[in-house]
Amino acid sequence: MSVTLPDAEKVYTDLLARLKPAVTGETVMVGIQTGGAWVAERLHRDLGIAAPLGTLNISFYRDDYSSSGLHSNVRPSQIPFDVNGKRMLLVDDVLYTGRTVRGAMNELFDYGRPDTIDLVVLVDRGERQLPICAQFVGATVTVPKGAKLDLRRDDSGRLSLHLEEK
Amino acid sequence: MRNPQLNEKGDLQHLLNVEGLPREHLVRILDTAASFVGVTERDVKKVPLLRGKSVFNLFFEPSTRTRTTFEIAAKRLSADVINLNISTSSQSKGETLLDTIDNLAAMHADMFVVRHAASGAAHLIARHVAPHHHVINAGDGRHAHPTQGLLDAYTIRHYKSDFSRLSVAIVGDILHSRVARSLIHALNILGTPDVRVIAPQTLLPTGVAQLGVRVFHNMNEGLRDVDVVVMLRLQNERMKGPLLPSAQEFFKCYGLTAEKLALAKPDAIVMHPGPMNRGVEIDSSVADGGQAVILPQVTFGIAVRMAVMSILGGGS
Amino acid sequence: MKIHVKGGRLVDPKNRVDAARDLFIAEGRIAGVGASPGGFKADRTIDATGLMVMPGLVDLSARLREPGLEYKATLDSELYAAVAGGVTSLACPPDTDPPLDEPGLVEMLTRRASSLHLAQIYPVGALTAKLEGERLAEMAMLRHAGCVAFSQADAPIKDTMVLWRALQYAATLGYSVWLRPQDPFVSREGVAHDGDVATRLGLPGIPAFAETIALATILELVRATGTTVHICRLSTATAVDMVRQAKAEGLPVTSDVGAHHVHLSEMDLGYYDSHCHLVPPLRSLRDRDALQAGVGDGTIDAICSDHTPVDEDAKLMPFSESGPGATGLELLLPLTLKWAQEKKVSIVDALARVTSEPARILKIEAGHLGVGAPADVCVFDPEIYVKVTPRSLRSQGKNTPFLGYELPGQVRYTLVAGDVTYQVETRNE
Repeated sequence: MSVTLPDAEKVYTDLLARLKPAVTGETVMVGIQTGGAWVAERLHRDLGIAAPLGTLNISFYRDDYSSSGLHSNVRPSQIPFDVNGKRMLLVDDVLYTGRTVRGAMNELFDYGRPDTIDLVVLVDRGERQLPICAQFVGATVTVPKGAKLDLRRDDSGRLSLHLEEK
Repeated sequence: MRNPQLNEKGDLQHLLNVEGLPREHLVRILDTAASFVGVTERDVKKVPLLRGKSVFNLFFEPSTRTRTTFEIAAKRLSADVINLNISTSSQSKGETLLDTIDNLAAMHADMFVVRHAASGAAHLIARHVAPHHHVINAGDGRHAHPTQGLLDAYTIRHYKSDFSRLSVAIVGDILHSRVARSLIHALNILGTPDVRVIAPQTLLPTGVAQLGVRVFHNMNEGLRDVDVVVMLRLQNERMKGPLLPSAQEFFKCYGLTAEKLALAKPDAIVMHPGPMNRGVEIDSSVADGGQAVILPQVTFGIAVRMAVMSILGGGS
Repeated sequence: MKIHVKGGRLVDPKNRVDAARDLFIAEGRIAGVGASPGGFKADRTIDATGLMVMPGLVDLSARLREPGLEYKATLDSELYAAVAGGVTSLACPPDTDPPLDEPGLVEMLTRRASSLHLAQIYPVGALTAKLEGERLAEMAMLRHAGCVAFSQADAPIKDTMVLWRALQYAATLGYSVWLRPQDPFVSREGVAHDGDVATRLGLPGIPAFAETIALATILELVRATGTTVHICRLSTATAVDMVRQAKAEGLPVTSDVGAHHVHLSEMDLGYYDSHCHLVPPLRSLRDRDALQAGVGDGTIDAICSDHTPVDEDAKLMPFSESGPGATGLELLLPLTLKWAQEKKVSIVDALARVTSEPARILKIEAGHLGVGAPADVCVFDPEIYVKVTPRSLRSQGKNTPFLGYELPGQVRYTLVAGDVTYQVETRNE
């Protein structure tokens, strides 16, 4: 089965357009490392969000820790603002099983209690294992079960999607 | 002979000693600790990694301070912590060390944090337990105190970043010090070009230079232009007798005062594994002065122990 | 019972024999070598084709753990282990519980041992009461009860005055004193050679000079008193040199080394292998090499097993708390053969260190196979390598650093005073 992946830059442009009406002066943004953080960096700049960008590394909250162990290269999470009562946009690159988002929300609540969290994803590939859905989606794609869908960023900052079939 | 700390896949199975720890494992522990420092600054200073796991603190030699830091580290990882202070007198009633371990293993312990007065005790336990148990050496005799060595290395990296240009002096009772041995190995693995020990001959082990250090007997020579000064604790029972005439004389020759510290680089940091003997190995003006990083060491120590536990506790 | 040991290669170091010769045994003694004595009719013939026939081994130190330490081993188990290792005579040190400082204890021990009809034992009596190093033991009475020499085993005499007087007293009566040189002060709390390995492992050290300081004291006292002294368990290069010089000077000293120390060094401690917790400690490679050279040139007269059965629980402890010592009766021959192979020592010279030489130190007539000698014989297959496992060892002590090693030599028959006390049936006779 051959899959045609969309151009990530085009998808990003669509996502940005969808998000613009939803952003207010109160909005804060958090990106999930590493791909989500790349998307969030761009959105944060292009949407002109006032509060500094937060990043989450959910290694300490992954539910596969007891089978896979702690992931190497754990870069610290950084939430440079008080999350209590905030309207938050949580950004990830690819929405898949939903487990990463669950881990991210668990971690966020250890910082405090946001007022709302909306989930923003560049692409949604389906195959959810948890009752989680995104409020803002750049594009929906269908890829073979079990294949690895990755976002990459080149030296110039261009984003692209890649598929690795197993 | 296989490295007793690693499993067949080369993953870290136990933390027994810094010596023989592959560099990538050491660096990974320090990097992971950096992430945990962030966790300890949050509202909820806890992550769920070790939820449902049991950490047994087995202290065959009393040490409230070390036990507490391991307890806090385990609790911040959401583990259940059981503290056992086992006096050697109850051991002499017939139950052997390995009997004790078998009993606790039957209570579904996942991790043993072991402090023991005999060098090699943690190795013995690690050799004995089933593969799903993990052993962390919290100090065995004169041999090793790896989490202390790692937290010292973390502290040095935090303040000095590049090990490849550092001069580090370790001062005091090297002979009986597991802290010194572990730090010396860590500094060597991390590529520190100049590691010095400063002590009278009575407080240096035979052939100490083979550990990878330069030996000084004189503080004024040994401290010259160093970046880091690590003072060791001098145990009370060693202050008089055949090793040293008195605490006062030790302080005169090897105590760290502001005047002696002035021989080091102006931005040198001063470390101490605690608890300090003020006026024996370190003067209060130095211990409380701007160059001392003794309290940050304690904070980093919790993050380093969290890192070790979370790296050992994961995977099947 | 008349026995004909047929077709073997006879190695008899004392008589400088290494040749194909038959052995004829009658009434517990060697009746003939090579040619059959007139009128000899064998009741039994042992086919020794392809095997070596040697005098039973004479071991200068084997702890049998009786009386008092039967949970570690018993006379029955250890004397059987002895003959399984080809050892037919052994000296047992006085560090039993209570120590061998009373004639009654010695008589009981020898009587129990002889009733077992296995290896012959030669008790070494305590030099001081309770081995405490303060009052002299009743040496004459102990001698009468069967003690062949006097020793402190591993217990120190801290007071040099007591050591001096003990040597004088023993010299008066013409007894030998066996001493292991170790200064009790500088070795205090030590469990390993004070060197690179102990420093790395954080183990309290026993410096090499703990041995040489004590040895210098002993040699001075020998010079002063003329006492015959056997120096036990040399472990350092310097001590080997000192003994070499003392012998050249003509002092009445002999010496031995433990079989383990001929092969192992501090490097073998690995990660705290408590099987390598030995007394004296395993020392540096340089020391080990000097010990080998000392055995080679005769400075060290004998190799002994220093057999010390230790129960498993006592070994499953942190190194410094573990019970010291290794089982050795069954490894004495294999370790001697291994040394001979590695150092290209002739079989006659090698086996002298475990037969005629220790017999000379013990002043017993065993240890050779001349006509008229006691028929203590070991017949072994030098070509077979035996893997050392807890099951392969008959000793109650399974504690040896050589577990898992394949060592040369399999004992097939052991004869004590003309009786077959041990045999491995592998083929038809």
